Parts: sequence; C-alpha cells; structure tokens
Amino acid sequence: MRFALLLLASAATYAETIFIQNATVYTVTKGTFKGSVLIEDGKIKQVGQNLAAPSGARIVDAAGMHLSPGIIDAHSHIAAGAGGINEGSVSVSSMVRIEDFVDPESVAIYRALAGGVTSANILHGSANAIGGQNRLIKMRWGKTGVEMLFDGGPPSIKFALGENPKRSGNPTPAPGGPTTVARYPATRMGVEDIYRQAFTEAKEYQKAWVDFKSGKSTVEPRRDLRLEPLVEIMEGKRLVHCHAYRGDEMLMMMRVAEEFGFRIATFQHVQEGYKIAKEMVEHGVGGSGFSDWWAYKMEVVDGIPYNMALMTSKGVMAAVNSDDAGLMRRLNTEAAKTMKYGGLTEDQALALITINPARHMKVDDRIGSIEVGKDADLVIWNKPPLSSYAVPQKVYIDGSLYFDRDTDVSSRIAKEARKKALEEKAKAQQIPPQPKKDSAPQGGPQSDEVR
Amino acid sequence: MKQFLLFISLAMFSLAQTPVTVAIRNAKLVTISGPVIAKGTVVLRNGLIEEASENATVPDGAWVIEGDGLTVYPGLIDSISNVGIAPPAPTGPVTAAITATPVAPPAPPARGPEDRPRTTSWERAADKFRSNDPRIESARNAGFTSAVIFPTTGIFAGQGAVVNLAGDNPSKMIIESPAGQYMTLTGGGGAGGARGFPSSGMGVYAYVRQIFIDLDYYERTKAAYQSNPSGKQRPAYDRALEGVKESGRLLMPATSKVEMERVIKLASELKMPFVLYGVHEGYRAASVLKQANASVLISAKWPTRPPTADPEAEEPLRTLELRESAASTPVTLNKEGVKFAFYSDGQTPAEFLKGVRLAVTRGLSHDDAVKAMTLSAAEIYGVSNRLGSIEKGKIANLVVTKGDLLTEKPAIQYVFVDGMHYVPTADGAPTPTAPQGTGRRPR
Repeated sequence: MRFALLLLASAATYAETIFIQNATVYTVTKGTFKGSVLIEDGKIKQVGQNLAAPSGARIVDAAGMHLSPGIIDAHSHIAAGAGGINEGSVSVSSMVRIEDFVDPESVAIYRALAGGVTSANILHGSANAIGGQNRLIKMRWGKTGVEMLFDGGPPSIKFALGENPKRSGNPTPAPGGPTTVARYPATRMGVEDIYRQAFTEAKEYQKAWVDFKSGKSTVEPRRDLRLEPLVEIMEGKRLVHCHAYRGDEMLMMMRVAEEFGFRIATFQHVQEGYKIAKEMVEHGVGGSGFSDWWAYKMEVVDGIPYNMALMTSKGVMAAVNSDDAGLMRRLNTEAAKTMKYGGLTEDQALALITINPARHMKVDDRIGSIEVGKDADLVIWNKPPLSSYAVPQKVYIDGSLYFDRDTDVSSRIAKEARKKALEEKAKAQQIPPQPKKDSAPQGGPQSDEVR
Repeated sequence: MKQFLLFISLAMFSLAQTPVTVAIRNAKLVTISGPVIAKGTVVLRNGLIEEASENATVPDGAWVIEGDGLTVYPGLIDSISNVGIAPPAPTGPVTAAITATPVAPPAPPARGPEDRPRTTSWERAADKFRSNDPRIESARNAGFTSAVIFPTTGIFAGQGAVVNLAGDNPSKMIIESPAGQYMTLTGGGGAGGARGFPSSGMGVYAYVRQIFIDLDYYERTKAAYQSNPSGKQRPAYDRALEGVKESGRLLMPATSKVEMERVIKLASELKMPFVLYGVHEGYRAASVLKQANASVLISAKWPTRPPTADPEAEEPLRTLELRESAASTPVTLNKEGVKFAFYSDGQTPAEFLKGVRLAVTRGLSHDDAVKAMTLSAAEIYGVSNRLGSIEKGKIANLVVTKGDLLTEKPAIQYVFVDGMHYVPTADGAPTPTAPQGTGRRPR
C-alpha cells in the first residue's frame, strides 16, 4: 500500500528534466566549482564544470547563485505535535510511531523548506529511557502525510538519558496536594536498569519466536508491538538515536548496548562528546548536537562551541541539528559557527548539516551531497550557503521545485486579501453573544464527550 | 381494587400493542428511496408501513388523514446521540448522600495496552437506555423518530444502539444493537503522562493496533482451546476484546483532511468496517474519502469563533477557511458520491436542524439533506431494510408537515413512531389530546 502510494507520487513528481547552470556548486564530498547539474527522473544525472544542456530540459540559470545539497536536520519535532511527541506515561514506549502523526500541513515544514532543509528525522521526545519510533521525512510541501515519508534508510528509535527520563512521570506535587503515582525510574541508575530490563525481556521474546518458528515450541507467542522494535535493535535492523548530554551517561549507554550486542547510531545533543570522543570512535557512534546552545539546565553546563570541531578532529562523525522549528530555518549559519569556533573548513562545516547526518541515518546513498545518482534534493542560494546573508531562492526535492522565493513573495498579496475578506465577512456576521438556554458542555467531535 | 388495577394495566398494554391503522391520503410522499410521489397514500398498520403508493387502498376502519397540502417524510434519524443514556443531571435534591457508600480508591494509571486503558468496549447503549429522558420528546417534536445512541467516553467507549424515540419500554424501542463501537483517539493528556498510558495520540494509535493484534490472537487461541480443551492452558476471558469484536463497526473521529487520511490509514490496518465522524474539512477531502470508500457522519455543529476568544487575536487563514467552508462539506461529498449522514453533536434539535439548513444554503438540495438524516443514516448503520424511507414493509416512522421540513419554522402536523401517532408540542408542554385519540400512546 505504502509502496504503491509512493510510486504514484513518483510518477507525478519526476516528470521534468532540469538543467541548473552557471552556479557555484558545493558538492560537499567532491569539492566546490562553477558548473552545472542535470536532474532527470528526480535524480542527479550529471554534475560538472563543462556540461551542455540536453534539448528539452528546463534551463535554470543560476549565474551568481550558489547550489548546495538540501540540508538534513537529524533532530526535529516539527509536524508531529498534534498528538504530542512524547508518550511519557511509560518508561518504554517503543510501540508508538511518529509516522502515525506526521502532519503534512504543518507550516513548520514549509518554513524549514524556505530555510533550505529538505529532509529531517522527526524524533519522539525524550521523556523516557526508550522512546518511540522516529520517522524520516522529506519536506514535500503540499503532499499527504504518507507522501512526506522518506523511504530511504533503516527505521530508528529514540532513547533518552539523564534528567528527562527520570523526571517525566514524576511531577512534583503541589504543596499539600495529592501525590501523583511515581513512574519508575527516578534516578540515573534507574534509567540504566530500564534498559537492562527491557532488553532482557526482548531477548526472551525473541527466543520465544525463534523457538516457535523452528518448531521447538508449539506455543505461539503473542505479538507485542512494544518488544518487536527492541528485537529489531538487537538484530541491527533499527538505529538508536539517543538523547544524551553527560559523558558518564553516554559511556554507560555504550556499555549496556554492547552487553546486548548492538551499537548506538548517534548521541543527540552530545554536549560532552568532546570529553569522550575516543570512546565514541571505538563504539562507532555519531555525535549530533547544537552549535552553541547550552546551560539551560544543570546537565548541560559543560557545553562548549568547540564540541563539533573537537569531535570531528578526533574522528567522530559529527552533525549539527536544530531540535527546534526556529533554529531549523537557519541551520546553515549554525554549521558556519564551527568555522569560527574550532576552525573547520567550509566543506567540513557543510558536511555537518548534509552528508554527516545522512551517514548517521544510513541514507548517504540517497541524500547529503551533490553526486551522480543521488536524489535531486538541492538548494539554490543567493549567497554562499554558510554566509549569514544567504537566503534560499529555490529548493528542489526529488527534482521537483517545492519552494520558490519569487512565487512565495508574489503569492502573499492574494493570501492577505483572502484573509482580510474572510475576517471582514466574519465581523459582519458577528452577533453579540446571547446567554444560552442550554448551558450543558458541548464537546467537539474530537473530544471525549459528545453529548 | 387489585382487579381494577389489573384491568387498567391490561388495557394500557393492549393499547400499546395495537396501534391503529392509519391512512394518509393524497399527500405528497417524499419517499427518499424513490422519486417523490406528488399525490399518494401511505397506509400504516401494526407499526409498519403497509403500503405507500399513488393508488394504495384505504383499509376499512382506518383513521384517515386527508393529505391535501401535507408532505410526508420518513422520520429523521440523529446518527450520533446520547439521548436516553446520559440524561441531564438531576436538578432536584440529591438523595444519594443518605447512605455513605465507601468510595473506591482511584484505579492506578494504566502502564500499557495490557491494562486496557480507557476501554469500556463491552458496554452497550441498549442496556443503559432509559425512556424517561425529556430530550426524547423534544427530538420527536422536531421530527426525529430515531437516534443512534452511544456511550462516548473512552478510546473504545462502547457499543451503540439504534433506538426509536417513543415509548415507555426501552426494550421495545431498540431497533438494533450493537450498532458499532464509538471511539475517541485523543491522548489522555497530563504532562509527563502521570495520568497513565496512553498519554499521546501516537500512544492511542499503538494501543488500538495492539488491541486488534490481541483480538486476532485471542480468537485463535480460544478456538484452539474450545476445539480440544484437554491438556491445554485455559485462555483468560477478555471483555475488552469481546466488546470490540461484537461491535462490528468502528466510529472513528476525524475533523480535518489530515486526520481523515490518518484515521483511514489506521482503520485499513484493522480489518473492521469503519465510519468517520466529525468531517468538517470534508470539503477538501472528498477524493480522499471516495478513494477509501468511506462513509461519514458529519457534525452539524459547524465551527464558529468561540465566544470567549480574544477579539484582538489574529487567527490563521486556515482556521478562517475552515469556518467559511465547513458547511459546504455535505454538498461537496454529495457531488463526489460519498455517503454521509448528519448528527447533532450535542446540539438541541432546533440547533441541529439549523446547522443542516446552513448546508442547504450552500447548495445541498432539501431532499438530499433529508436523505442524510434518514436513508443514508440507516444504510451506514445497516438498518436500511427497516428504517430510513417510505417503503412497504419498513417501520412506520413518519413526519408529516405542511410545506418543506427544513424551514426555519417547519409546520409539523403529525409524527408517527412505530405507527403510533404523536402530536408535536412546544418543548416541555404536555401533549394535548390528539384528534380521534385512538392511536395516541398512553402517557
């Protein structure tokens, strides 16, 4: 079903052959040069300095402009807020799926697109040790929730360490008020224990199925949506993106993962990554964090702006993410800060928001750089992408134009007029509120109570 | 004295059991199932429509209503209601406090699907239905002769029933039970999830999925056990799963286009027929609904700016568009061929019908609007072989008006429920003596 829908979407969007010429091309992986890119069937067909436009192709003249791969945000919670991004009632909520609640009409998608972001990993929140299943999306504005989903890479899940998983579910009662039922755990030790418990249980579950399928047992196990993703993690089929700040906790997480035979894909936030870079390289875990955002709580006091540069220099695959709809729109300047703090090169800085997060999510075969065969997710900027003055002019996903600054600006007048007309109509219809005869509460169709 | 009482009760019993034969002659019959009969006769006997055609014969001894200038419609159906199961709070003195009953401690918050949170799938509206809700009469006065009633609290709130809106004996008023499972899909709220699983929308979806996986497992395990229990572990009885299974049809909420797509995707995994309710943004989603072959129940409580809203607050264009266009949903769906019915969504009958009339001003025809409160509702709930149109053999639920039914002040002359004759009254006033008296249900 999903596959069929995606095929349909493909048929509709992959029609045009586009030739972007005279741009400064930032391939990220293969240098920067003045040249052209040919897009065919939604893929990058050719990249080079001396290409000729094939006949029939739409020519986009980007003289004086700059072409980069679409930005990838490895940590976002946009477009999933309708139902809440945390299933915080339990310490293991691996059965919940962000995919169910991707809202294709969230304006945050369009705004991210306008900031040059073409893909994002929409993560479950950090309320619990084992959170829900994340979902990679592409910002295909105007498409349905299913069509937003990016079919590349393995699925992933959110883990969380530190203050959030031990505090959530344990709200401080008001003085004299009723004490709420505490959710285990309330300490960092408890968080560690949750992992051991959950994966011990998952191992038993895994064994029960193996025994049943091999005929060793005749008792069919009950399918458990909570344990299935944990088995997938142990079998290497599902990536773990783990919210973490402190070095000691990240060391714990790596030990526990190794104990159960799997690896953590990335630490998210990773504020103390610079302290444990060597151990991170040994484990093979990536570090995905902020450029310079810290000290918003005790466990984040050791953040430094050199984190990305230090991790990079030690061989950690590092990435800059947003975790925020606002920051998401200017990830290019977030990445650029690493050139000032730590002296990364332009390519290294760009990699933090393109190819590196793609590698974290194992989608670098599809996106993250301008290379032949990759998805044509491209941004045309008016200034070099790492400049504070850079503004995306056109943003392509799978070779289709999803954001065009000129169209956006010119459509604003019509939208304003429509809004004004509706507001005035509503005002004209407004009658002074009258006391209602029937004052019984009335729930909307989404509320629990329909009278 | 005892004998006298017995006589009275027998007399009442027999009156209720034998509705008189009624013939409405030469009236305009809006049959809904077929073309309008400009001048026809409809005969009601034993609570059923015996005949409805241009030249039906009037039986001997029938009470004849001369139908010149009258229009006969099928009785209206409110497709989601809680009339008779959640009566308004009593206004009189509270008597319950006399005996101090020990209050049970609140249940601990659910910690997963296994705790079956916010689930009362086994509860049946039919079992809770009471005939003494004053809202029954006010609905009937407005032309509503049936309602589909549901418990509405919880993720799996409980099973509905199609009921007739007249009578003293609830058991005799029930037409069909169960009529589907009422679902809500919102999280339990409570920051940090202190109120238990599921606290998020995702959690609710995961729970619903697990329930259907469990149901499948439960049925297979049970069947295997029952076929040969000897030497096997006995599977535990699970009323939550039994309740979901029994209901046969899921009523799932979806107001916006995105919600409709989301819920349709979930429902398609569950392998049980589903009906969407709410559907205010249906004017944008006709093709989505058509493609999914979904039937929908449209809330006739159109979105408006809340009276408590800050008058200075600027609202997004999308909200304004929804308010502007929600009432165009029915005409849009009608053109696309999506089956829909209206429901009151907690409004009074007058407010409900006002909402339906707004949909008519947006281009839905008068009779199509009536269809959405009669035959379409009956079809959606699988009772169209009994209800929803003026056809031979169906239950004799009719509304007789002077002029169109959907006007600001409809001139309702007669209401028939199960062939019984009711004279509409102003809300709350006692029913005056009916002409002829014979068919009136004893009060």
